[in-house]
Amino acid sequence: MTPYLTKIKSRDKAFRIVALCFTIFALSILLVLLVDIFWRGFGRLNWSFFANLPSRKPENSGILTAIAGMMSLLFFTIILALPIGILAGVYLQEYGHKSWYAKLVEINIANLAGVPSVIYGILGLQLFVRMAEMGNSLLAGAFTLALLILPIIIVSTREAIKAVPKTLREASYGMGATKWQTTRRVVIPSALGGILTGIILSISRAIGETAPLLVIGALVYVPFIPEGPNDQFTTLPIQVFNWVSRPQAGFIINAAAGIIILLLITFLLNGIAIYIRNKWYKKMRY
Amino acid sequence: MYTLETINANLFYGEKQALKDISIGIEHNTVTAFIGPSGCGKSTFLRCFNRMNDLIDNTRIEGSYLLDGIDIYGKEAEVYDLRKKVGMVFQKPNPFPKSIFENVVYGLKINGITDKNILEEKAETSLKNSALWEEVKDNLHKSALSLSGGQQQRLCIARTLAVEPTVVLMDEPASALDPISTAKIEDLIYELKTKFTIVIVTHNMQQAARVSDKTAFFYLGELVEYDETKKIFTNPEKERTQNYVTGRFG
Repeated sequence: MTPYLTKIKSRDKAFRIVALCFTIFALSILLVLLVDIFWRGFGRLNWSFFANLPSRKPENSGILTAIAGMMSLLFFTIILALPIGILAGVYLQEYGHKSWYAKLVEINIANLAGVPSVIYGILGLQLFVRMAEMGNSLLAGAFTLALLILPIIIVSTREAIKAVPKTLREASYGMGATKWQTTRRVVIPSALGGILTGIILSISRAIGETAPLLVIGALVYVPFIPEGPNDQFTTLPIQVFNWVSRPQAGFIINAAAGIIILLLITFLLNGIAIYIRNKWYKKMRY
Repeated sequence: MYTLETINANLFYGEKQALKDISIGIEHNTVTAFIGPSGCGKSTFLRCFNRMNDLIDNTRIEGSYLLDGIDIYGKEAEVYDLRKKVGMVFQKPNPFPKSIFENVVYGLKINGITDKNILEEKAETSLKNSALWEEVKDNLHKSALSLSGGQQQRLCIARTLAVEPTVVLMDEPASALDPISTAKIEDLIYELKTKFTIVIVTHNMQQAARVSDKTAFFYLGELVEYDETKKIFTNPEKERTQNYVTGRFG
């Protein structure tokens, strides 16, 4: 072995060890946080924690209203964001992708995806809560979150459609199909896996959002389950936010338990997204 | 009258001229091979006949392109109808990620045919025409992507035949396939010419010699020579053709 080869080989090894150290460092911080949360909160996870309404006493408090509020909020958010996001993505990629205005829209959407979520909250407060006079309602929250996740849905729809090979489009056009027939029968079905993955990831983003909802006035204490789109609401992250700001030790335990639930939901959604993506790519193999 | 005919056809990609003054007449129910080195314009020329070049930006055409004597780029011409009459098979097998059955009936469905009996009947006929029926008849609802490359290409041919075109354009249909699958495709082409007019682009000289009635040799966007296949391969008029078919360049 030449001295030079020895040198570059030892460098290779050194780099690997350094990279490994930093990976372990990052993961161990996460691990410490997780262990701490589970240590504090795991014992609090029982049926009454899920079934109880919020209360002044930590041991009687539950997350029923938070879960119900979060589910209804997500329901309305998805109804609002899904059709707009998918259609906008299809339009930008399939129809307008060469025009200057589509490029302008594209740049703006990429920027929007990076805007801090609290800004969406302020926009939602002015636009939906005040101007549209929705008040601190579920609907105002859903509109605000829909705005927040629209860029994610649009971008992932575009990416999924872009990944459909040109040869499939050619096959369809070559048989006399119109653009719409090709888009509907070939492009969108082939891209559905990618589109679904994007939707699920955007939902898991929406679940974790707290700031914009606080700005538009989602309440930290709601003693009832929302019954319609005009009701006031709370969500799990807001409930957790509320509990950690309380002085009593019991509420800190509640917060930890709430975080465990939140983590599990996010974990589950991301897992489903990865599962769909892998399954779809295996099926497509184009 | 020729089935396909061009008179002084030119085609430009932006500033670059890809086809130069090509005049050719292709007869009914024959197999015509387009040969020539890469980049000579033979695929581009093939794609003019079903206007697939329309999908590429900045292309401009001049001259007349006729199908049964009617201008396919004329004001009255409808590109969607044209592509139903002039089908195309591509270089790489490109079945849709759907079932075998759904692939074959795709062209019928986009024409608004929904009657299940008609679809099944046409699917069977097309699959028989493309010599794939015996291999897939029990698995029509399996994914087309589960087929081998050669089977996929014959499925793509079946899909093209299902809409009953008069002309079938084939852009190097066997170049991505193994020798056995290639032989099957060649046998198929030979049988299909009783019902269809076929134009095939190929890089494989033996293939052109085996399957075609007439051969056109292209070089740098020009049609150098067009004649009976036998003559092109044994006694061509031009020296350049002679050099190409004997493998001295290209």
